[in-house]
Amino acid sequence: MSTTNGDLTRRTAAELADALAAGETTSVELTQAHLDRIAAVDGSAEAGVHAFLHVDPEGALAQARASDERRAAGTPAHLLDGVPIAVKDILTTTGLPTTCGSKILDGWVPPYDATVVTRLKAAGLPILGKTNMDEFAMGSSTEHSAYGPTRNPWDLTRIPGGSGGGSAAAVASYQAPLALGTDTGGSIRQPGAVTGTVGVKPTYGGVSRYGLVALANSLDQVGPVTRTVLDSALLHELVGGHDPRDSTSIPQPVPGLVAAARQGAAGDVAGLKVGVVRELGGEGWQPGVMARFDEAVEALVAAGAEVVEVSCPSFVHAMAAYYLILPAECSSNLAKFDAMRYGLRVLPEGVASPSAEEVMRATRDAGFGDEVKRRIILGTYALSSGYYEAYYGQAQKIRTLISRDFAAAFEQVDVLVSPTAPTTAFPLGEKLDDPLAMYRGDLATIPANLAGVPGISVPAGLADEDGLPVGFQVLAPALADDRVYRVGAAVEALLGEKWGGALLEQAPELEEVGR
Amino acid sequence: MAAMPDTPPALTREDVAHLADLARIDLSDAELDHLAPQLSVILESVASIQGVAGDDVPPTSHPLPLTNVFREDVVTPSLSAEEALAGAPAVEQQRFSVPRILGDEQ
Repeated sequence: MSTTNGDLTRRTAAELADALAAGETTSVELTQAHLDRIAAVDGSAEAGVHAFLHVDPEGALAQARASDERRAAGTPAHLLDGVPIAVKDILTTTGLPTTCGSKILDGWVPPYDATVVTRLKAAGLPILGKTNMDEFAMGSSTEHSAYGPTRNPWDLTRIPGGSGGGSAAAVASYQAPLALGTDTGGSIRQPGAVTGTVGVKPTYGGVSRYGLVALANSLDQVGPVTRTVLDSALLHELVGGHDPRDSTSIPQPVPGLVAAARQGAAGDVAGLKVGVVRELGGEGWQPGVMARFDEAVEALVAAGAEVVEVSCPSFVHAMAAYYLILPAECSSNLAKFDAMRYGLRVLPEGVASPSAEEVMRATRDAGFGDEVKRRIILGTYALSSGYYEAYYGQAQKIRTLISRDFAAAFEQVDVLVSPTAPTTAFPLGEKLDDPLAMYRGDLATIPANLAGVPGISVPAGLADEDGLPVGFQVLAPALADDRVYRVGAAVEALLGEKWGGALLEQAPELEEVGR
Repeated sequence: MAAMPDTPPALTREDVAHLADLARIDLSDAELDHLAPQLSVILESVASIQGVAGDDVPPTSHPLPLTNVFREDVVTPSLSAEEALAGAPAVEQQRFSVPRILGDEQ
């Protein structure tokens, strides 16, 4: 059967859905094909891609069998019923460990499903496993995972981006057609950019955060990680929409994202006004990144879009504001890891009858990695009396200024565009001991989180210097997620014509390493 | 509230030890040596926002202007005691078992 179907793992989710509907394959067959691919190339912390922290062959195949029974009975639950998916290890899953890439949650199995996971299960998507990430989503390289880094499928000596490097690498290396990620400052879009995949941060409140282990509640959003814009739209429509269990969930239906992606794929950008953000590019950005970005903008112009330069002066302060707001929120969020109700409990050495507080201190030292400790301490500082107004208070005002910049820009243009990240994937280890250099990877993605607006990253080509993927970012006003899909799909179609296919087809073949 | 200096004082090793104490993390001497200079560099960088926004700019704590989200007050199924305790480090008599919470002198 595999000869007639070719390599099922190379197909997009939309193609797999069509094949299932036409009876050309079964969910069991294609779930097994992805499990085989994982077994062949994912490897471990030492070798291979290492996109997954946990793989669940039995659970995925049981879900696939149930899906095939629904198909046979003529009652599929959803268009994507039977198409397998990978889930970032920060979303709770009953029966599957959820570690957030941290030792403090080693082996923890949550007693409830995140709402997005409930929706995946109700729609019949077999869950292949949980993907690697920087500890508690703090990082831009996945090197801060307590379980070892994920490697970029384009070059295994380089970072896959972060924090959602596992989800992006899994999709880029054909281990999963779909994945879920979370984006607090760029953790879906930046990994998408450096792995040549598509990632979307929805409007804040557009997708439920119930069951998402919070990093920074006012910034976190769940979103799709895929190889095509259409696949992201299909997944986003499935998991999005109001959830009464999340009080910040927007009580409005998700706009027509699949329709917008199809409209964009047909090259329909005539009359669209596109703003290039002056502050997100230029000097200090990798020349090969800027060259691919400029070409993508030219392609939009050639297709009939109107392009102007737009200034968002407050964006230069976005990174500083973000690295005060995020640590402040995460230092209070992570106070819940107190060794009392769940997770790791470490007894301090040489103490006969330790107190709860002593156990808490010892556990948090043993259970948290360097980056988590850095941010908790920074947040504790930013929130301490005497410094609160100068740091946290000021950062909240910058947030207002950034929202105003977006509002002013969207009076002139329909969407804003920029490169997704200032550089291509850097070598593993290069920035591990220079946190500030690591933080700069999120320069272009952070403003959207501070303002709550949606953004997409689509592949823009390979940089001349190193032959590695470059991402093109599209930002739209809050609740206008359909615009990022329309423009993202247009860029994908226009550049795909030039490349003669998907960018990922140019990625090197991975060696089999086993798992 | 007094105006802050343009450049924040560098975080000393003792400052970081104090902050770690407030955050209930036992840092080792090696960690303090490692983290203190890194935190000073980060702090110096983020301090660039001081004075950028004037008093007339209101703070934003959240991207959505939502207040008071209500729902119907109805009972729905929730976790059983066994499920809630399943991840606990120690359990006794269907409760979380924790170390002593009072100090010797108390």
